This record gives sequence, C-alpha cells and structure tokens, in this order.
Amino acid sequence: MWEYTDKVKETFLKPKNVGEIPDADAVGEVGSIICGDALKLFLKIDKGSGRIIDAKFQTFGCASAIASSSALTEMVKGKTVDEALEISNQDIADFLGGLPDQKMHCSVMGREALEAAVANYKGEKPPEKEEGNLICKCFDVTEEKIRKVAVENHLTTVDEITNFTKAGGGCGECIPNIEAILRDLWSFKPPEKPAKPKKLTNLHKIALIQEIIENEIRPGLQADNGDVEIIDIEGNRVTVALRGMCTGCLMADVTIKGIQDKLRELVSDDIVVETYQ
Amino acid sequence: VNTIYLDNNATTRIAPEVLEEMMPYLTDLYGNPSSMHTFGGQLHRKVEEARGKVASLLGAEPEEIIFTSCGTESDNAAVLSAVESFPRKKHVITTRVEHPAVLNFCRHLARKGYRVTFVPVNHLGQLDLDFLFKSVDDETALVSIMYANNETGVIFPVAEIAERLKERGVLFHTDAVQAAGKIPIDLKSLPFDMLSLSGHKLHAQKGIGVLYVRKGTRFSPFVIGGHQERGRRAGTENVPSIIGLGKACELAGAYIHKEATYLKGLCDKLETALLNCCPDVRINGDVENRLPNTTNISFEYVEGEAILLRLNEFGICASSGSACTSGSLEPSHVLRAMGIPYTAVHGSIRFSLSRYTTQQEIDRVIEIMPGIIRELRELSPFGREKFFCPPE
Repeated sequence: MWEYTDKVKETFLKPKNVGEIPDADAVGEVGSIICGDALKLFLKIDKGSGRIIDAKFQTFGCASAIASSSALTEMVKGKTVDEALEISNQDIADFLGGLPDQKMHCSVMGREALEAAVANYKGEKPPEKEEGNLICKCFDVTEEKIRKVAVENHLTTVDEITNFTKAGGGCGECIPNIEAILRDLWSFKPPEKPAKPKKLTNLHKIALIQEIIENEIRPGLQADNGDVEIIDIEGNRVTVALRGMCTGCLMADVTIKGIQDKLRELVSDDIVVETYQ
Repeated sequence: VNTIYLDNNATTRIAPEVLEEMMPYLTDLYGNPSSMHTFGGQLHRKVEEARGKVASLLGAEPEEIIFTSCGTESDNAAVLSAVESFPRKKHVITTRVEHPAVLNFCRHLARKGYRVTFVPVNHLGQLDLDFLFKSVDDETALVSIMYANNETGVIFPVAEIAERLKERGVLFHTDAVQAAGKIPIDLKSLPFDMLSLSGHKLHAQKGIGVLYVRKGTRFSPFVIGGHQERGRRAGTENVPSIIGLGKACELAGAYIHKEATYLKGLCDKLETALLNCCPDVRINGDVENRLPNTTNISFEYVEGEAILLRLNEFGICASSGSACTSGSLEPSHVLRAMGIPYTAVHGSIRFSLSRYTTQQEIDRVIEIMPGIIRELRELSPFGREKFFCPPE
C-alpha cells in the first residue's frame, strides 16, 4: 500500500473544485485513459487583471492524481496567469505534504495541465506530441519532456525519471535511451546542488554541520576503520577529534582539510576546522 | 470500522481450528522432529499425520507430499527440477497469465538460454489449447499451467491437458495455489506429475507450502542440505505450520462442496447487483469455468486504486489490476493478455470470498459500491456522455 500523507488522503476523499467550467477561458488537457491517468483543467480568467478567478478539474486516475489535481486548482485561484506558471510540480507535491516517489508523475501531470491551459489562454497551439522524439512508447513520453522534467527536478537516474514521467516503467525497452539522455544532460553540468543557505542561525549551523559530518564524512572514514567526532562548534570554528585508524595517521592533516572543504562548500565559506589538542 | 475482508485470493484468515491445533507446537512442544529424544522425535509422528491429511485432500499418497516454505518455492522447485532432470531438453511451456512465481522463473530460464513458450489466452481468459499442443516438441522438458487463475478465477482444463501430455511423455506441473481447497482435486484420476499449493490461501499459516511429486517422477531438489523430506527439501520442518496445514486441509475437505455452493451464491449476488448498479460495468473472465469465490469486475472510466481507497474508508478490502496498485506502472498482465481494453483494465476490481464471508458483508458492498463509482465518475473526464449511476 502507498504511504500517502494525511493531506493526500483527505484531499482525495474530499477533493475541491471538481467539475467543468462551461464558459472557461482556458482548458488544459493532459494524459490519456490508456496511460492510466488524465487531467482536464478549466480556468476562468479575469480579462482586465489577468487573474484566475475560478479553477475546476476532472481527473481519471489514482488517489494521488486526484489529490494533485485538487491541490493545483486551490493553488492557482487568485493568482495571475504569470504567477500561476511559477508553480512547479514540486510545489504541488509540497502542498500535499509530499507524494511517494513513485507517484511524483501525478504532480508533473498537474504542472503540465497548467501549462497546457495557459497556452490555450494565450492562443498558442498546444505543443504537438508528434514533433517530439518519442522515447517511451508505453507511456507516450518524448525526449523533450524527459529533459524538461529532469532539469526542473534535478533528476539523475532512470528510476527517478520513471517516477516523475513514467518513462521506462513499461516494457523497459527505452531505458538505454533514457540513460543516454541523462548522460548527455548532466555530463558537462552536474545537477545544481541545493544553494548554500544564505543566513544561518547558530542553531541551524550546528545542526547542519552535525548532519554533514554524520552523513557525508563519517561513512567514508569508517570504511577505512577510522572515525571523527565533533568536540565543539564555536562560531565558525569547528573542533574535531580523529578516532580509530585516523589517530596519528600521517594523512590526518589532509583529512582535516577535506572536512573543512566539505563544510565550506555546504555551510559557509569561513568555516575553520581544527583538531582537538 | 469493521473489516469486510474480500481479498481471500491474496491471503486468508487462519481458521480458529487451525490455530488451536498449532498452539501446542508454538509453545511447549518446540522440539525438532529429527531428534533422537522423545521430546523432539514425537513430533515426527505429528508431521506425518499432517502429511496424510494434505495427501487425503488431494487424493495423493503421503510420500508424494513435500512440505516447502511457500507456493512460490513449490513452483520454482517444480520448474527447476524438470529442467535439471532432463538436461538435454531446453524448452519449457507455460502461459501468459501465470502467477509471477512461475512466469518470472521461466523468464529467468529464458535469460539462461532456454526456449520458453508463453501460451496465449482469449478474451475470456481461456487457453489456446491448439497453440499449446502445437508448441510441444521433443525438447520440451515441462509444461507448467496453473489450475485456476488468481486474478479472474478462471479454471483451466488441466485434466485434459495432462492426459494429452502424458500420451506424449511430457512432464506436467500445475500451480494449484488458488484451486486447492476451493474445488475438488483428485490426483488419483488426474495425471499431474507435480502440483503446488500454499497454506495461507486455505486458512493455514503463511510460510508453508506443498509440492506434490507423483511417485516415479524424477526429482531434483531445490533447497539442498539435510535429509528432511526424504532428501527432497532440506531445512528443519516448520512443525507448527505443517500441523496447521494438515488441519486446514482436513477442514477444506470437509467443507468443500457446501462452501462452493455458498460462495457461488454470494458471488453471483454481488456480481448481479454491481452489473445492474451502473452502466459500463463488465465481468472479466469465463464465468462458466471459474472458482466459486472469485469475481473480477471492471468499472470503466474510473481507476482501480481510487476505488480501493474509497472502499478502504468503509473497511472493505479488495484488490485491483490497475497500474497504480501493481507496484509497477503496468496494469495486470492477466487482463492485458486477455485483450481487455485499457479503459476496463485500469478500473478492474477483484473480490475474492471465503467461508467466513457473510451475506451481510456482501449486502454492505452492494450498498456502498454504486456511490463510490458515481462519485469517481463525476470526477472523471471520460464517459461523461453516458448515463451515470441512477441516484438511490
């Protein structure tokens, strides 16, 4: 059984804004009954202000598809069309308290319906599927969509692509092609790491340093029978003690420098790491 | 909310009589039947008694019964034994609608260079027998065909298949995990070489299975180690579960005819009511040749997971062939092999009943279901030109 959040369950059982808007100013339709989920989004837009004054949906799909659609309509109401376009699939998932990894494609479908509706409003033709290079025949996914979703969500593995777009989740024949796209996409520019936090309280900084040492530093040292322990954190001075095989190791200075570089990269540029004397 | 459990093809409740029978062996009598001392050794007799009860349900001899850990192990062991016993034969035949325990094992063999034929089915889920018999050749080591399908309940003509294969000297295995205990099986008159069953599908414990191997059939063990099960399946006997399974088989044998009539009545009632509750509902599979406890119904334009989670709110447990419930993104391989349109595959729901299912529970489902379908269809962009369920 899927681990849905309470918000997903609640939204699925009592979805908001269900139905059609007969005189809608914009309609966006994505997915198909064959693929197992489809969403039709209706928007009523105030001509003067460009604000979305009403939004409704019809969805064929699982609980998370219905919840994502309902969430989308709640999120766009009251926004201008341009503001609405700022909503990413991750925002839809966040609104619901998160979605299971394998269900992220439901939030992507929401985002796509929004784009289709806005294109429809602006009088643009919906992008022709046939024009794109079809990669996944089972779920009708083009190379363009894979690239777009990969960049927007920092996806680097085939599993992630499948979770977000379904591509590769059917017969699996296209998996080598997806791998090739990912290699091409990320070979020169690795996925952007989450930006360094701008301003940290002391409490946050300490927590972040602990987390990085715990998750990124210690496993590597432990693999070589060494270890490191945080003794104190004062301002930007981090005092650590090397343990196990690291004690008295000739490379100790290099190890300390490595920890410092990592913390500078992820926490703050002026971190200084010292050994406990 | 009271649980209404209609997912008995997934697993069943342990019968109270079975639990009672098992209790002493889960508590005080924990010995190892292979031991020399009485404390352990006395259990050997209990294990053999249970073996006798299992054999009696199937019309087999006790020494033809091998206890395993589950249905999947029995299936794997059967297929592997066949190909290992006939190393020159590099061809295996099974069906496109088989349980993954056989299907994926055969795919595994295919990757190792075996030729595997997957026999197709028609829109009612009936096997293409001509295709099957034409596929048999001198290289065929084994034909493995399930007795009854777990998703649709469709029963295959395994007696006829086994007869014809016997004439041609080809080994036949049947996965009877869903059939055993639900329909009578008499191995005295059915020429099967091997048969698998699973304890937890007939009100015994999970973690116990059986592989029947007809006397005189070559057998090569799957689990290798100690001398247990006469060297055909190593590993210390799961004594409580074996004793429980013996009791469960005894109960199944006693109830089988009465239970079949009772369940068929309930299933028919449920089906008729749901078929009439709204348009664009269909039954999947051959209703003339079907397990008495299983019904597979498609509600078009709505998605199975959504139906299941709405049912879940009322404590009703069922399952679906939709993609979202399969753990992968592909919907049921069984319904697709039958050529059921995707619109119906995604909205398929399987109800599987047991002797513990009551009239009231079925009435409750009949009462709840139309509202759920109506609400979900109101959400759906498809089938809108059609009539919805009439309001109650």
